[in-house]
Amino acid sequence: MTDIAVESSASTEQLPRTKTDWLPLLLVPALALIALPFVGSGSTWVTLTVAGLAMGMMIFLMASGLTLVFGLMDIINFGHGVFISLGAYASLLVLGPLGGWVQADSIWLNLGLLLLCILAAMGFTAVVGAVFERVIVRPVYGSHLKQILVTMGGLIVAEQAIHAIWGASPIAIPLPATLRGAFIIGDVVMERYRVVAVGIGLFVFLGMQLLLNRTRLGLLIRAGVENPEMVEALGYRIRRLFVSVFVAGSALAGLGGVMWAFYRQTLTAGMGMDVMVLVFIVIIIGGLGSVGGCFVGSILVALVANYVGFVEPKLALISNILVMALVLIWRPQGLFPVARR
Amino acid sequence: MSRSPAPALTVDRDRASGSVLTGLLSSDLPRSKVLTVVLLAILLMLATTPFVFSGSQPLSTAAKICVFIVLVASYDLLLGYTGIVSFAHTMFFGIGGYGIAIASERLGATWTSVAVGLGTALCLSALLAVAIGLLSLRVRAIFFSMITLAVASAMAVLASQLSTITGGEDGLSFQLPYELRPAFRLLSEPVFGVAVNGRLIAYYILFFATLLTFLLLLRIVNSPFGRVLQAIRENEFRAEALGYRVVAYRTAASVLSALAATMAGALMALWLRYNGPDTTLSFSIMIDILLMVVIGGMGTMYGSVIGAALFVLAQSYLQVLMDAASKALAGVPVLPDLVHPDRWLLWLGALFVISVYAFPGGIVGRLRQAEQ
Repeated sequence: MTDIAVESSASTEQLPRTKTDWLPLLLVPALALIALPFVGSGSTWVTLTVAGLAMGMMIFLMASGLTLVFGLMDIINFGHGVFISLGAYASLLVLGPLGGWVQADSIWLNLGLLLLCILAAMGFTAVVGAVFERVIVRPVYGSHLKQILVTMGGLIVAEQAIHAIWGASPIAIPLPATLRGAFIIGDVVMERYRVVAVGIGLFVFLGMQLLLNRTRLGLLIRAGVENPEMVEALGYRIRRLFVSVFVAGSALAGLGGVMWAFYRQTLTAGMGMDVMVLVFIVIIIGGLGSVGGCFVGSILVALVANYVGFVEPKLALISNILVMALVLIWRPQGLFPVARR
Repeated sequence: MSRSPAPALTVDRDRASGSVLTGLLSSDLPRSKVLTVVLLAILLMLATTPFVFSGSQPLSTAAKICVFIVLVASYDLLLGYTGIVSFAHTMFFGIGGYGIAIASERLGATWTSVAVGLGTALCLSALLAVAIGLLSLRVRAIFFSMITLAVASAMAVLASQLSTITGGEDGLSFQLPYELRPAFRLLSEPVFGVAVNGRLIAYYILFFATLLTFLLLLRIVNSPFGRVLQAIRENEFRAEALGYRVVAYRTAASVLSALAATMAGALMALWLRYNGPDTTLSFSIMIDILLMVVIGGMGTMYGSVIGAALFVLAQSYLQVLMDAASKALAGVPVLPDLVHPDRWLLWLGALFVISVYAFPGGIVGRLRQAEQ
């Protein structure tokens, strides 16, 4: 969690422990429990919960980079969605030559294919992210208004470039053979691909937590989120740190894009922008700049959407907005407000 | 945001001259000869389109320009003058359109239903704008951009799903009051060879509503209220320190801009006799508005006129040019794809990015600078 409460007590013997804010964390299990009687059947509930978790993980993958970039440098990138699209399209680079692996009846070949797609997408979006940061974002540090405008402009240009390169019509991409269908345990139905998505999402989240909380680099990033001037004054080049976070965030968006593309099984240039609405809701709910908040927010939004969609389908269309409004009424800065903001 | 030098002196001089024209324009004159000529040309063109050009295509283009002038000018009130970015402008545009469409369809094709539809739409827009403003502008202006994006997309989904009310993806076609139908004749004799029918009346209602709303917006941004908005844009903390309640002013600005956008939506629906998600609610229209405001010139009401006229004309005629260029470049790799008529947005997008960096005042700012 990036929300370290800065304690001013001067006792030097032992640093005061950071207080963990449990309330928002309890929100997710509480929500799941409250939903249980409304859903009725236990097996349906498990199915909905697993599906919601998978959806939440995918949203988290796409949103985490954005919230970190914002936390670290106070830069809001409305063009983030295009990295999702670019990542999705980059998987075509792998699916082209290795198309045969899709139909192969081997889980290892299929997973290998997915992994290669992810690597290709991450590499591609990382490079584009570096260029994007240099050309589009760097000249407008410090002005939110210009950032929003310019990154929107970058989004328009990049989307059109996707149209020019890959064509304007949607492209169908098949899910690898062994990832189709579902596991059926008793009455519980779990789509295989969603289970894979939960695995990858958890892996990335744990990786990020380890990196942020257990390494020197992570320490610097967290410090930068709290107080960039101080990090700079201590002699670290926060700019270099920021560029690497921006590039990593873009790569994560690419990873999310691949997962999202295989989930939808079609590619469109606007797919990233479509999902950006959810991404923004999630990072607002989580508290701008907080990775943990982003994780909790993603799962919260996805679970609510699933439960509401099952119980009262008409309401599902605006359930995200309702969740956001309720959270903001409770905590106007999001679930885990970052101290400085 | 860099601004053209404050025109305090010019304002005083204009006030002194005190002519009717400066009164109409709220002492905010174009301040550039080229700009004045272009604006007059656009005004003249829009005023005389039905008599100068024949056929329905030019008339539709002119009507579209009128609607977008209102829409873009109202957006400029938010973006250019108050310095906040909203992505919900199409939502209010859509509410206006649906207000007219639903009322006309349910209550019959009468003037009363048009009035009821417009009134309801205006109230709904104002309420929504206040709610969004109070929820998001309290914390940070940047929340506002993201929340408006979220709310607007939820509204677009709602409009396309609640098909019993809104007609879903197909939208609603409806009848206009008798006086606005093509069959209606105001005068039995044609004027200058053009029959004065309901269509013509509809166009002139559109034209004068546009003119009126534009002048009203110009009045608003040049009032003491508008000055406070600009102060907030330049330095939020200083404005707050001077005793202005920033949240209240920002919310008021977003309500005013929402009302004008609703008006534009209603005009659009009246002209098309149809309203659907693609004509008023889609995100691509939001992007079009952004392009028009920035290319025309943020923080200058006249920029919206230039931007809207330029953009709508480009939409209609640039593609023809690009088609020719694409054919001429056939055989060269990649290039024909880049100048393919469907890629016109690519170039406008690039122009947009360059505008934000190089000339934040847009075309109008550029022209005014050249004058000095």
